[in-house]
Amino acid sequence: MFLPIRQHLQEVFRYRSLIHSLILRELKARYRGSVLGFLWTFLNPLLLLGVYALVFNVYFRIQMEHYAGFMFTGLLPWIWFSSSLMEGTNAITSGGSLITKVLFPGQLLPLVKVGSNLMNFLLSLPILFVFLGFMGIFPGWNLCWLPLILLIHFAFIAGLVLGLATLNVFLRDIQHILANLLTLWFFLTPILYPLSQVPGPFKKFVLLNPASLFTLGYQDIFFYRRGPDPWHLIPALILSVIMLGLGIALFEHYKETLAEKL
Amino acid sequence: MTNSAITIQGVSKSFKKIILRGNHTTLKTWLLKPYSLLSKSHGERLEVFSGLDLEIPQGISLGVIGRNGSGKSTLLKLLAGIYKPDAGTIRVNGRISSLIELGAGFHPEFTGRENVFINGAVLGLSRKEIEARFDQIVRFAELESFIDAPVRTYSSGMYIRLGFSVAVNVDPDILLVDEVLAVGDESFSHKCIDKMSAFKKAGKTIVLVTHDLPTVERFCELAVWLDGGCLRAQGDPRQVIDAYRQEVARWEETRFQEERSEGVCASPAGQLSKNRWGNGDLEITRVRTLDDQGQDRHVFQDGEDITIEMEYQVHRPTRDVVFGIGIFNGEGTCGYGTNTDLDQVVLPELPSRGRIEFKLEKPRFIEGTYFLDVAAHARDGHAYDYLSRCVSLAIRSSSKDTGFYRIPHRWVLPGGIQS
Repeated sequence: MFLPIRQHLQEVFRYRSLIHSLILRELKARYRGSVLGFLWTFLNPLLLLGVYALVFNVYFRIQMEHYAGFMFTGLLPWIWFSSSLMEGTNAITSGGSLITKVLFPGQLLPLVKVGSNLMNFLLSLPILFVFLGFMGIFPGWNLCWLPLILLIHFAFIAGLVLGLATLNVFLRDIQHILANLLTLWFFLTPILYPLSQVPGPFKKFVLLNPASLFTLGYQDIFFYRRGPDPWHLIPALILSVIMLGLGIALFEHYKETLAEKL
Repeated sequence: MTNSAITIQGVSKSFKKIILRGNHTTLKTWLLKPYSLLSKSHGERLEVFSGLDLEIPQGISLGVIGRNGSGKSTLLKLLAGIYKPDAGTIRVNGRISSLIELGAGFHPEFTGRENVFINGAVLGLSRKEIEARFDQIVRFAELESFIDAPVRTYSSGMYIRLGFSVAVNVDPDILLVDEVLAVGDESFSHKCIDKMSAFKKAGKTIVLVTHDLPTVERFCELAVWLDGGCLRAQGDPRQVIDAYRQEVARWEETRFQEERSEGVCASPAGQLSKNRWGNGDLEITRVRTLDDQGQDRHVFQDGEDITIEMEYQVHRPTRDVVFGIGIFNGEGTCGYGTNTDLDQVVLPELPSRGRIEFKLEKPRFIEGTYFLDVAAHARDGHAYDYLSRCVSLAIRSSSKDTGFYRIPHRWVLPGGIQS
């Protein structure tokens, strides 16, 4: 069980320069041929922010202080999470000749999707900081927690995407189920509303959702200017390790039949 | 260290038929049969190999030949590690670079330069190693002025040149090549052969899958003939290819038989059709091509005697009969045509049923497929029975000269040496 996982991670490490160039290729390909090019990386979240702020601040007149900043804090990591899942689940099935014609480490394909979406997330962080700055919110030293949260979150997403991408080869419905599931998942995650708004008995259901744990972590360090709650962080860490292990185990179990199945 | 580059022992490989039909498990089938994902044995399976043994010595060029669907490409994919055998072992000694599909992994939106780096990384090179080889790769591919253009603007030839160039310049110990050299132009395929020869000299191993038999004969020290997943023959390329050619001739023979029994000569005489016309006073009832043993055959070796036999039946007595014959190639060009009148053959009084033979002694047709027209007509050209393209025959030859018919010739070299 553990040996394949170690070998898997070693293989990923061995291909780090390939991963690097594939992520660059992914980022470049996304905007190549478009006039505004890389600006879209910033425009997408800005547009989202504008719409959400209009709806919830102006139309709904939500009373919470700095609500737009709060919402934006949760929204950016969610975009990373959901687009990684959406793109990554298809990554192996659409890998085509890379899987069937050359000996290519298939696990890189979903990983690259997660990585390129992470890059987009990181590049949109400055907008978040500027925006929070306008509201007088400066995260300060608590930002030191960011790499740790990113790492745990990354492991969780990578494991989940790897597992889903593998299963999607055998069961193509997954990509369609996922698209619907993500919408539900979004509203069950405390992004548009703070956890404190959730009535007592439902709080533990919110916390059963792994995506909540990460969202709360980002909200703690960006918006509330405090260290992350260890009662969120430690379960998240455990979940991530399990998820990564499961994803790798699933991929390793099926990797030899992937080329035939495509 | 052994001196074999690849050792294949008892390798079996089968595919689920269901996969070949592109039938993926959907949620519905999965719900109906929840264990279908886990069980490995359900469904019909197509066995490609069962218990294949093969040893490829180091520094050898191996040519793999065989008909379509005989398992050549599956073998290559097994060697490359893209497929895993169901049973048995494959031991590979050294680094493999494969050209199973040239340009696999090229991203159309990226420039040649970017793709070289990505492709090289896929083949296991570090960035530094690729940088060191980059100029060499581009020069070999002859793409200096296009390397910064997106590869979607490349022609298929340019694609192939770049793919081949990357694959051979990464210094593999074993090179797997699948029927790709045919795609490039003449000068590039010569270059590829040169490069592979240099490879061979450097003691590296090459496995070449191809239908280009002369290349195998020239280039390889060892050949294997795969037929239905079995090794039909292995050894000296000349012998293996010879055996393969004979089998192909036999196979074509039966195909010709089938075709002929189906259609040709089917429309009755006297009826106007695309392939047959005439008033039917004299009917040609059967046309056959015979070898020197009198056996009905359709595939002949170059230089073999061929007899064209026509059986006829006279329906209304006529004194004025000319039998003629025409030989056409696949494009419909007439290579030779003659008749009894032109050859000044005086026909006797014809019995009402009979047979006429046209004998070709040691004909030197060029390799290819030919079609025969046979006819009986009056001296003024008025047709009694004209059968157009009624028999096809195939000529097999080891010589690759071109045209229609080999004109007797010889070369005289400087110094008066004659060859």
